[in-house]
This record gives sequence, structure tokens and C-alpha cells, in this order.
Amino acid sequence: MYGARDLTVELGGATALSDVSVAVPSGEVTAVVGGDGAGKTTLLRALLGRVAAVRGTVDVPPAPRIGHEPFTSGVWPTLTVRENVEFVGSAYGMSAAGIRTRAADLLATAGLDDVRDRLGRDLSGGMRQKLGFCLAMLHTPDLLLLDEPSTGVDPVSRVELWRLITQAARSGAAVLMTTTYLDEAERAATVVALQDGQVLATGRPTDVVGTVPGTVSVGDDPPGGHDRTWRRGRSFHTWTPDGATAPGRPVTPDLEDTLIALTLARQEETR
Amino acid sequence: MRAMIVKEFRELRRDHRTVAMLVALPLLMLVIFGYAANFTVDELKVAVVGDQADQVQQLVAEAPQDAPTTLDLTDVDAEAGSGQARDMLRDDEVDVAILSGDASDAAGGRPTVLVDGSNLFAAQSASVLVAQLGDRVDSEILYNPDLETSWVMVPAIIGLILTFIGTIITSIGLVREREAGTLEQLAVMPLSPTSVVLGKISPYFLLACFDMVLVTLLGVWLFGVPFRGSALLFGIGAAIFLFAVLGIGVLISTVSQTTGQAVQVALMTMLPQILLSGMIFPLDAMAAGVRWIGYLLPLTWFVKLSQGVMLRGAGWESMWLPVVVLTAMAVLVFGVAVVRLRRDIAPARGAR
Repeated sequence: MYGARDLTVELGGATALSDVSVAVPSGEVTAVVGGDGAGKTTLLRALLGRVAAVRGTVDVPPAPRIGHEPFTSGVWPTLTVRENVEFVGSAYGMSAAGIRTRAADLLATAGLDDVRDRLGRDLSGGMRQKLGFCLAMLHTPDLLLLDEPSTGVDPVSRVELWRLITQAARSGAAVLMTTTYLDEAERAATVVALQDGQVLATGRPTDVVGTVPGTVSVGDDPPGGHDRTWRRGRSFHTWTPDGATAPGRPVTPDLEDTLIALTLARQEETR
Repeated sequence: MRAMIVKEFRELRRDHRTVAMLVALPLLMLVIFGYAANFTVDELKVAVVGDQADQVQQLVAEAPQDAPTTLDLTDVDAEAGSGQARDMLRDDEVDVAILSGDASDAAGGRPTVLVDGSNLFAAQSASVLVAQLGDRVDSEILYNPDLETSWVMVPAIIGLILTFIGTIITSIGLVREREAGTLEQLAVMPLSPTSVVLGKISPYFLLACFDMVLVTLLGVWLFGVPFRGSALLFGIGAAIFLFAVLGIGVLISTVSQTTGQAVQVALMTMLPQILLSGMIFPLDAMAAGVRWIGYLLPLTWFVKLSQGVMLRGAGWESMWLPVVVLTAMAVLVFGVAVVRLRRDIAPARGAR
């Protein structure tokens, strides 16, 4: 199984990842979630061999068997969609005929058929991310690393993108994607929550939800004097540690509540 | 408005390049124009040949010392003839050669003054001197008989164009890849760092070669600039020079994050090359304090080579120095640039 074990990475003297272990099984989507600066991109870069590990190991297939979509989509802005595909295909040693067949298939699925001759820079944000995904998937890699493929993408394109990602996993690839959208992460087989370079929680989304200590409760008004309350829609959610009285009515937290509660619990511990 | 001014100063303080440009550029301009901007060559290197060489030497030595142009007798050889004198001019050892007695083919045993016209400003100073001597001497201007500025400029402009493509265009091409985030993508593709670097640079090298041929042919055709020397020597010299300037371009791209930064730095390297390479202001007329900077710049040596080969038909025996210096510069700059670029795209050690 691909992944990383006890990975510690330092960037510019600061610890960017600390003892991070992630398993990326084939045929499944593993989602890495976490706020800005949590270490999501660093984890991907470590798996790609772009940053050196101070400790720990990474287990990945050889470079030609990895597909990678960077945060910036990795699309060449002054090449057309077709030329982007041709370049990446030949860089991975694919035959011209192989590139044509595979590209026709992928671009049709991604809905990019009609824009084959459009320049990368003229694509909409969603289209560019979908093309970036197609480029990463072109050579049918064994491990697919996607860095926030859906950030800045409109809801409809996000749905299409997610369909492409699950298809890639179904066809046997091990997919590791980072995301800031927790509804997306909820659909992954496994969620890895990162916080300040450490693993906050990991497991099936439903299992992660079960790891919350204390109580999450919901009320229509902010319970005064609480610094453990956050707003969702019109209601106020509060996390209360074990042994204290929770305001409002207790609920089963979803992934978003879970991650906030876990972060608060971690802060409580280190306080 | 105060908030705006404070914000602007804060931003400016963090933009080290612009601050450097604001401080360094005026100083650079002042120093360069103050010490280097001088078209008047006031010392001419002179060779005297022929059996009356000693008498001529005497006359030159007795010339008034307060004259605007002084003569530096670098070679006095009674045994040598016209052939050797012309060789010395071709090899840029002297600016002026005086053929005396039997070496001179002028009527009445008058000395003949040969002037190197490829050294435009030295030749102009020499012409003034010769004119003062009137009928007492015969004179001939070699290599650029009409003292055409274009003849001297075209070989230098070829170098300037190669510098432009090599430095600015190459650095922009590379930085654009970094800006678009695709350099990172290239780094994780199964391409060796060497093939990425060479694949990225080769198109610019070929385009610059094409431009070099085009500009040379156009210069010869439009301005009637002669091409007297070996095209092979010229081509080899130009290719080596191109490696040096491409290296500067790659080097700039490794220290720049955006196209704007790359252009800024590239212009800062081009300006001194234009002003101090001898293509506009003659190196001989510069104060020694800034002249040495000129000798550290690749364009200086290419201008020497291209003017020598094209105008004077100079060969390997006198052009080896520019070729050797350019080779050393190319190896150094290109080497450092490729190492730095490779480091950007090579995998981190120990990670895999």
C-alpha cells in the first residue's frame, strides 16, 4: 500500500509535518483535510519527492507511475488543450495513438471535447482544473496525487470533478487528494485530518466522527461566555468537554463539526 | 493620502530589487557616464617600420607633448616592411602604422601612415593628426576607408541582439514556467533535469543562431559591411558567446519569481554591457577605473571578435584571446546557471 509512515518534514527550520502516517490504498479515494498551513501540500510534495524527509519513509510507485495535479492545475497557459495533452503524454512516453485514444476518452468524460483548441489560459477555472486532472490521469497512474483540485471551482464543475476522481479510483488507482471542502471529504473512503503538521484524526469519515470527546450541541442563540462556539447557517454549535454541561441540544456531529471539535479539544489539551 | 504613502513605502521597502535599482542605477549611470562616456581617444598606439624608422621615431618623440593626441610608439622596427605593419593593424596591436623609407610605396620617399579604420574613434583622432601633417605624408585608412559608423556598429549590434535574446527572452521563458506553476509539474514528470534544462534552452539557442545569421546578412547587405574573415571562427565565437548570455538568462530566471523581476534584473545586466563593452564608447577612451568592468562583460569580447573578423579579417592568431575568454565565461556562467536550475527541479535528496 502506498503512503507515508512517521513522516517528519522541516521547511526553513520549522516543522511542517510531524510523525505523519497516511495509507493510500488502491481503488479508493483518501482525502486530506485541514486548514491553510496544516501541511496538506507539504505532505503531497513529500510523497512526490520534492521535499526531503527528516525522518520517516514514503512508499510510492516510481515517478512514471505517479500522476500529479498541483494546486495551480499544472496546465500550460500558452498551449491549447490538445497540445497540453500531447506534451504530457509524450513526456510520459506514451505513443501518439495511445495519447489520442486516452485523451479522447478522458476529455469527453470531463466535458472538454469542445474546447480542444482553446488555450489553457482561456479556460474557465473549473475547466482548467478538469484539464489538470485529465493531464494527471493521462498515463493511467497507479498513484494519483491531487492538490485541492476543487478549490475555486463552481459547484457544478465540482460535481463533475468528483465523478472523475471516483472513476479514477474505481479503475484501480490509489487517489490522495487534499481539500478544504468537508462535504467532499465526507465522500472519500478515508479522511486524514491535519492540523499544524500533525494528524488530528484519520479513518473512515463515520469513524472519525465517533472520535470526538465530549459533546457537540446546537442552539439557536449563542450561549454566552463560550469560546468553543461556532456558527453554522442560522444556528450555533458548541463543543463541551467531558464532565461539563453542554448548552442547547446535543447532536451527532458531522465531519465539519467533528474537525472543529477535535481542533478545540487539541487546543484544550495543549493549554 | 498619508495611509497610501505609508503603504507604498512599506511595500517598496520589501521590494529589494526596486530599491537596489533606485539606489544603484543612478550611481551606476553617474559613474559610467562620468568616466566612460568619452568618444575622444587621446593616445594612439603606433608602429614604425622601414629603414628610416629611427628618424621617424625621433620626429615623433620631438612632437609637442601638449598636443590633444599623444602617440605611444609601441613598436619601432627598421627591418620590418609594409606586410608586417599591416599584420599588426589587423591583429589590433596598434592603431596606426607608419611606413618609412623603403617600406613606403609613396612617391618621393614620403612616409605612409596606415590607420586602422575599424577602431573608429582612434582612426578619427589619427586622421586629424595626419591632416595636420599635410603633404609631408601619404595616408591610407584600412578596413573602413570612409570611417562609416555603421560598419563598426553592425558587428557590435549582432552581439547586442544575441545578448537580448539570450538574457531577456530566455529568462522570461523560464520564469513564465515558474509563474504558471508548471516548472513544478515538469519536475515531477519522468524527465531528467538535464533534458528539461536542455529542452527548455535549445529553442532559444536555435532562434538566436537564426537571428545572428539574419542580422549578419542584413548588415552586410543593407550597410555594405564587409565580412573579410573566417565565417567558421565567427560562428564558433558567436555560439560560445551565446552560451554565456543564455547562461546569464537562466541564472536570472533562477533568482526571479515573476516576469517583471526577470526583466528588471535582465535590464540591469544589459545596461552596463551596452555602455561598457566598447560598442558605443571606445574602451581606450575610458578611465581605467571603469574599463576593467568592461573586460568582465561577455559583450566586450564578442565585439572585439566580430569587429576583428568581419572588418579586419583577423584570424585565430589574434582572436584566440576573445575566444578563450568567452569560453571561460560561458563555462562558468552556464555551468552555475544549469546547476542552480537543476537544483530547482531535481528531487529532494533522501525523500524517496
